[in-house]
Amino acid sequence: MATFTLNINGSSMQVEVDPNTPILWVLRDHLSLVGTKFGCGMAQCGACTIHLDGAAIRSCSLPVSSVGSSEITTIEGLAEKADHPVQLAWIEHDVPQCGYCQAGQIMSAAALLRENPSPTDEEIESAMQGNLCRCGTYLRIKAAIKTASQNL
Amino acid sequence: MATSTTKLDRRSFLKVSALAGGGLVLSFSWLAGCKPTPEQALTLPKEWFELNSYIKIGENGVVTLYSANPEFGSNIKTSMPMILAEELDVDWKMVLVEQADFWPERFERQFTGGSQGIRQGWTPLRTAGATAKQLLITAAAQTWKVPASEITAGAGQLEHKASGKKGGYGEFASLAATLPVPEEVPLKDPKDFKLIGTSKKNVDLEKIISGTPLFGIDNQVEGMKYAAIVHPPAFGMKLASFDASSVTSLPGIQDAFAIQLFKEDYVRNFFDTATFPELVAIVGNSTWEVLQAKKSLKATWEKAPESSFSMTGFGGPPYQFKVPSGLESTETHQAKMAEYITKPGNVLRRDGDPEGAFKKAAKIIEKTYTAPFLAHNTMEPVNCFAHVSADKAEIYGPTQAPEFIIGTIASALGLPKEKISIKLARMGGGFGLRAYSHHLVEAALISQKAGVPIKMVYSREDDMTYGIYRPSYSATYRAALDANNKLLALHVKAGGIPETPIHADRFPAGAIDNYLAEGWQIESNITIGAFRAPGSNFIAAAEQSFLDELAEVMGKDPIDFRLELLKRAETNPVGEKNDYDAKRYAGVLELVREKSKWATPAAGLHRGVSAYFCHNSYVAEVVDTKIVDAKPVVEKVYAAVDCGIVVNKDAAINMGEGAIVDGIGNAFFGELTFKDGVPNKNNFHTYRMIRQQDAPKAIEVHFVDSKEEPTGLGEPYFPPVFAALANSLYKATGKRYYQQPFAPQLEMENLKM
Repeated sequence: MATFTLNINGSSMQVEVDPNTPILWVLRDHLSLVGTKFGCGMAQCGACTIHLDGAAIRSCSLPVSSVGSSEITTIEGLAEKADHPVQLAWIEHDVPQCGYCQAGQIMSAAALLRENPSPTDEEIESAMQGNLCRCGTYLRIKAAIKTASQNL
Repeated sequence: MATSTTKLDRRSFLKVSALAGGGLVLSFSWLAGCKPTPEQALTLPKEWFELNSYIKIGENGVVTLYSANPEFGSNIKTSMPMILAEELDVDWKMVLVEQADFWPERFERQFTGGSQGIRQGWTPLRTAGATAKQLLITAAAQTWKVPASEITAGAGQLEHKASGKKGGYGEFASLAATLPVPEEVPLKDPKDFKLIGTSKKNVDLEKIISGTPLFGIDNQVEGMKYAAIVHPPAFGMKLASFDASSVTSLPGIQDAFAIQLFKEDYVRNFFDTATFPELVAIVGNSTWEVLQAKKSLKATWEKAPESSFSMTGFGGPPYQFKVPSGLESTETHQAKMAEYITKPGNVLRRDGDPEGAFKKAAKIIEKTYTAPFLAHNTMEPVNCFAHVSADKAEIYGPTQAPEFIIGTIASALGLPKEKISIKLARMGGGFGLRAYSHHLVEAALISQKAGVPIKMVYSREDDMTYGIYRPSYSATYRAALDANNKLLALHVKAGGIPETPIHADRFPAGAIDNYLAEGWQIESNITIGAFRAPGSNFIAAAEQSFLDELAEVMGKDPIDFRLELLKRAETNPVGEKNDYDAKRYAGVLELVREKSKWATPAAGLHRGVSAYFCHNSYVAEVVDTKIVDAKPVVEKVYAAVDCGIVVNKDAAINMGEGAIVDGIGNAFFGELTFKDGVPNKNNFHTYRMIRQQDAPKAIEVHFVDSKEEPTGLGEPYFPPVFAALANSLYKATGKRYYQQPFAPQLEMENLKM
């Protein structure tokens, strides 16, 4: 067990956990930030995507000890009023079915648009390739990213 | 105007109390379809008045509609309340939707599966909405001292034109809640529908996009512990012994013990499928610690002998269900299936003289189609929260079928059913998997033994290797043609491990004079369960691929050929118990032909068609593929659907898009094989799922304009995709695709997958 001070969604948060604990479980079990989802535990499905200093990463495979003072952003902190252009586009296109993967999809999409505000279809497909959606909402995800891109 | 009797569903009208207390935590209404400004957000009433099981109205006119069925992504939590709101005649902006708990005293059929939510909910929900409206009208009539027949209702307002009196529903809710329920109520003429047929956004959209706790796996309570399970490493094995101290010494681990799901004398029901009735549970302080501890557990496993248990089917007395022993492998499965293909099956339907027709045939075409086991792979792994104390149990988890597990929980815990409450979590996918709710029993047993509230979470590996798979199937189609390539007879023999996929009275039965359907099955200890359109999801692929090949041999256009068969079934059907409406079937083929401009595909596109009827709805699909840089790309898919009245249009389209993507993914990649009882894949690095780059570039969904009562959509879009894709790939590559998944065969054509 060790104590870590983490910078999450603009706030400083302290946890006492095993240093190997992935950030995913620190968020979900220790900080009650359950918007970030557990899907596979091996960075294969993208359900656990968060931002680390603005870049999309799979939180299930990132030990808490490796984060240091980097800024963590989760779905809960993407926009204070849940009105990030990506979130608004998700509403406009009524993207989700079951909804479980969507926080991860939104976090990947927001990171993509931060790097590349006007991605092509191919760039969207490539950037979103790591996020599984078992319900198959891929077309709406792509359409919503294009809408968000126009509203940045 | 139609009327509906409230006697249909008395449960819905039982009032637990006329005045239901306020104070529930309710979200803003997002139903208007955009993010509300603060002034648009609904103000919660001071008091709620309950008009029936589904509807309560506040003194300020805000309406809460209960969604009784569990939600797994088909959007019934929005679409079913739309039916209530339509007949209630309330402004959708004034509506809040709440998920009901499992409450059989108040709700009929809290089951999600078989694409039946909308179909079976249609009349009860309309009746509940219309009855509440009638009570409000009666209350206004008593208050204003005018005849009820002179009062009109609309958008949550009541009006008596002659006297100029007007008022909102909220003003009359308290009186309405005390009035007797009318015996019969008028229902709207569908032409007067205002809400049904429009598009309303997912009522949980805001929670989903903001990461608000919503799923069972998100639940946390004070003092809760976490649990993981360890199940045997292979089908056909069971626990011999384990050493609890191998994990209890680890940091954060509290206890490890075995749980048994079923008492000796318990008679299981159809949905009590549990691959491993005995598991090891590990309880600790966090999910990470219990998942890590799994790796350290010292346990020995042994081969399970053949066993059997009592089970009730759908009605009838209990029978003995046998679980064979042995460590099964795909190689032996395939050898056995090949053997069964050559043996006579069980005759499921025979019309005319098929054997005689085959003897006379100038040409016989015979093709065999196969498909592997599939895992459901819902994005939310199996999990459940339970808090069991000495005299009661609270369960909160993802289940499609609470009704079929509450008795199992009661038996396992030794508590009466009345002491068990099941809260229905939004499910992170279902697809049939969560009709089998063994995880609710497991969580309950773990909580009981640990003496604390617990949340049990399966690892992805636990989830993928647990079983309850889509069966592996095989189907052999034979057609007898005369010298002029006229179809004389059709013979299908299909089976699977452990069940046949045949629906013997479906098309093309009824369209062919000489028809024979046979089934067979091979027993197995690999457990199976419903998977999006059970049976249909394979047999449609085989049948619709075969008809395509047959049409080609006969020199006919594939749509024309199907329409000819359907015309025969419509005008002069063979046999009497044909399980489809040939005219509606033809209708979707005609619509997809028109919308896809079937005869004139764009240059470079290769198209295939398929149509199927299951779960009461008709769907035809055209798939266009093209080869880009040696990679097959699904350019566009057209779907034409007859599901009667469409309730929530954009949600119905979304369901189609998703099912088509799902079908293409499983057709290309879906496969689970076994070696000595061990599944050869256990996570997404080896189990390939369709991803963004493999998805079709566009999907168009069209509905037949219909006034028929609505039927479901969760399943019917799915079965036709496989053959439409296979038929399109045939055009693209010149090869027929008989074995799912298609990707390995496409790679043999030097294509990139």
